[in-house]
Amino acid sequence: MLFDLDDVGLVRSGSRVLASISAVIPEGATAIVGPSGSGKSTLLRLLNRLADPNEGTISYLGRPLAEYDPLKLRREVALVPQLPALLEGTVEFNLRYAAELAGTTPDLSRCLRLAGLTADFAGRDVSKLSVGEQQRAMLARALVQEPRALLLDEPTSALDHRARDAVEATLAQLRTELAISLVVVSHDPGQARRLGDWAMRLEAGRVAACGKVDRALL
Amino acid sequence: MTTSIHVSVGQVAASLVLVAIAALISRWRGTDLERDIGIATIRSIVQLTAIGYAIKLIFETDSIWLVLALLSVMVLFGALTARSRAKRVPNAFWPLLIALAVAGAATLGLVVALGIFDPTPRYLVPVGGMVIGNAMTASAVALNRLGDEMVDSRGRIEATLALGATARQAALPTVRRSLRSGTIALIDSTKTTGLIFFPGTMVGMLLAGADPTDAVRLQLILLYSLLGSVSIAALLATGLAYRNFFTAAQQLREPDR
Repeated sequence: MLFDLDDVGLVRSGSRVLASISAVIPEGATAIVGPSGSGKSTLLRLLNRLADPNEGTISYLGRPLAEYDPLKLRREVALVPQLPALLEGTVEFNLRYAAELAGTTPDLSRCLRLAGLTADFAGRDVSKLSVGEQQRAMLARALVQEPRALLLDEPTSALDHRARDAVEATLAQLRTELAISLVVVSHDPGQARRLGDWAMRLEAGRVAACGKVDRALL
Repeated sequence: MTTSIHVSVGQVAASLVLVAIAALISRWRGTDLERDIGIATIRSIVQLTAIGYAIKLIFETDSIWLVLALLSVMVLFGALTARSRAKRVPNAFWPLLIALAVAGAATLGLVVALGIFDPTPRYLVPVGGMVIGNAMTASAVALNRLGDEMVDSRGRIEATLALGATARQAALPTVRRSLRSGTIALIDSTKTTGLIFFPGTMVGMLLAGADPTDAVRLQLILLYSLLGSVSIAALLATGLAYRNFFTAAQQLREPDR
């Protein structure tokens, strides 16, 4: 299993966000779906230790997350947040910064192409990009680190239908070209069906269903 | 330099007319600062009178221990005051206390070691007060900016952490901007000194009848001492305080609600 969650709970600022989450996330593509405020994004942040649960244990490849060096873990399990948050400068600067952190020597053009951008985006200033282009640049930045798994938080939330279809095609291509595991947060069950083999449905911070996508999203 | 001037209580009282003007402007334009102006005036009279007698006592006893005690109290109150300007920084007191103490000790230590001033109360008390006061202002400005930026840039900082960056790497642009904010005001005022404004020490010496060349030289020494101390204080305050936003696992703490 990629991730194994055992009775995971999280209380933040006195409010319970996640409760008694026991589920597995296998290798491949998993969609985490649920309405706004159900805890999807919070759960994603727990998977690469941007936050830790108050209760329970999360294991990655059979070992508790707490046993991993958080910095190494984050380079192996890359999270792409919902809102673009690139560093000031060019796209290339952002990609090289991420590569330096991970100690990789990336093929920038290939990473940009995999993220659905052409090579000439490398020299562009991130402040001049559209939100959709910034989201793709964030994806390219994660890819230069050659992660084993990608955690994507609502990767198409700011996009129109056409751009959304393009990103979904990009993610499908990533799976076939890189054999990378994906965990995608989405509020759209349709997108979960298109992208995922496996799904976890959250409601009010609890697991309502978890399993193969067709069964979990009945 | 033996010159001195006598200032009567009546002259001080007359200068309160200007305070009244400030209060009237506040009332006229509705800025609601009359109360603050009143409190500031009363506090300045009480505090400066008290410190005047304290300095007189220290000069008369000529005790280095009393000087150190006075400077320690200044550092403590400086850190407490600056903390109130850095409300968004968790546990800002200790970084500020360390920053002010080190900046004060390093600057005074250097000016004495370099033979610029003698290690006597007559020099250490006023110079120490200026150094600590300016270091306090710079640290407060720097941490105020740090607190705002760490909250406003939360998304970018967390996205950088998500790449496997350390807390230091993720906070670096924010810390750099905060440090700049803390020191830029003094650098700008040093650039324009003598052109747009006359610094207080120089004005005081000229009023007291000192030779203008001496007044300028002393002012230059003080300006350079302040540049050093302000830079040390802002560097230490930001360099220590940013850590309080992160956990040991390089996670950004939830902001206080």
